[in-house]
Amino acid sequence: MRYVEEFRDPKAAKALIAAIGRVADQIGATREKPVHIMEICGGHTHAIFRYGLDKLVHEGIEFIHGPGCPVCVLPMSRVDDCVTIAERAGVIFTTFGDAMRVPGTRKSLLQAKADGADIRMVYSPLDALELARRNPGKEVVFFGLGFETTTPSTALSIQQAAREGLTNFSVFCNHITVPEPIKALLDDPHMVLDGFVGPGHVSMVIGVHPYDFIARDYRKPIVVAGFEPIDLLQSVLMVLEQIRDGKAEVQNQYARVVPEHGNPISLAAIADVYERRPRFAWRGLGEIDASGLRIREKYLAWDAETKFGIGYAASPDDEPEGCECAAVMTGRLKPTACPQFGRGCKPETPLGALMVSSEGACAAYWTYGGARVAAE
Amino acid sequence: MCLGIPGQIVAITDEARQMAMADVSGVRREVSLAPVALGPLADLVGAWVLIHVGFAMAVIDAEEAAATLEALRGLGEAQETLEQMAEGAKALEDQ
Ligand code: SF4
Repeated sequence: MRYVEEFRDPKAAKALIAAIGRVADQIGATREKPVHIMEICGGHTHAIFRYGLDKLVHEGIEFIHGPGCPVCVLPMSRVDDCVTIAERAGVIFTTFGDAMRVPGTRKSLLQAKADGADIRMVYSPLDALELARRNPGKEVVFFGLGFETTTPSTALSIQQAAREGLTNFSVFCNHITVPEPIKALLDDPHMVLDGFVGPGHVSMVIGVHPYDFIARDYRKPIVVAGFEPIDLLQSVLMVLEQIRDGKAEVQNQYARVVPEHGNPISLAAIADVYERRPRFAWRGLGEIDASGLRIREKYLAWDAETKFGIGYAASPDDEPEGCECAAVMTGRLKPTACPQFGRGCKPETPLGALMVSSEGACAAYWTYGGARVAAE
Repeated sequence: MCLGIPGQIVAITDEARQMAMADVSGVRREVSLAPVALGPLADLVGAWVLIHVGFAMAVIDAEEAAATLEALRGLGEAQETLEQMAEGAKALEDQ
């Protein structure tokens, strides 16, 4: 138990790890016939590697890393669209720092900035709003990216811009939703998934009921989890207990932050500003029905797609040479099995998006032990 | 991006826009209280909130805030978020 001592409550962690081991034995999980648990959220992926939870728990438990890292699933063509917008004269293009190094087919935003485009890393869409107020002669575009955790922030920013009549602000909307890709993965006959650890902060916004279909229609357990090590261990135990008892329910381990019905103000803002696209492309997963959002007609004045005449079009997934992002994304391959891992592809010079963000599975492997594997 | 960071509300800065000053690990940052504005904004002064990309998304208690901050420090996310805040402030000044 290498890392347990650094947990806030090592005693509780040890007790949970022991309990997980007992239940795994009761189920009959072994290294050869493991229980597959998908952690959906990239924040959980990061925490699992940081604390070595995959090594600490019973060997019959296999974590499958889910699609919950927004920059990792962004199609290259959308990065290209960002670069196209950013290179227009008179544009200040604003983005979260995470998205700067995501490779496009032509270049990343970082390269576009080096080539002279006015691209600024911001912490919040509020910073982009402020830039628009201070630069009335410029068009300030915010790169709206992320799951339901960040979707309310751009919705509320657009509503604010509308109230102020701030017409030189727009959002390039690439927001995506969590439940739809989970459904797509469950429908994939190649995927073996026995249960889920659900995202805590997405659920803080949407509540727990959007996951009901997982339990009802697919008979799989899901436990919404916080991201401290103890939260994750407890959630894994709750998933295993459901499997042992033949149950499939939506449980909320993170009730101290996640209300059953989510955050009503955020949900209202999302519903007011956005509507679902018929389908949206995910890197490695292909197009998924109703999995992306676009700006409603009444807010088109703040829609960068409309302002710059950029539509959404699915593009064939042109992945870089020899890269296995798609297989890693769907859990069919471990990052270390990708021939580019640690060779052509490192966090400083990512080939694939899974290496860009600390929430990406490849970056997590690399940072917490993968570098060692590659050197061997 | 998805983890958020706890901060304590110190003052309301713009009632109409629902903006407030928050203390985030010793750094001051203006945040929107819109998602948690269920009652008078003044009631939120002194409260701990979970802040995602500049928006207070949930009111949490002081103990939860402390535990969350510790977990974020362990993951290196607290430092990263503070750097992103500094980056955001700089972006406003760049020409
Ligand atoms: S190592 Fe790089 S190229 Fe290979 S799967 Fe991971 S991100 Fe993609």
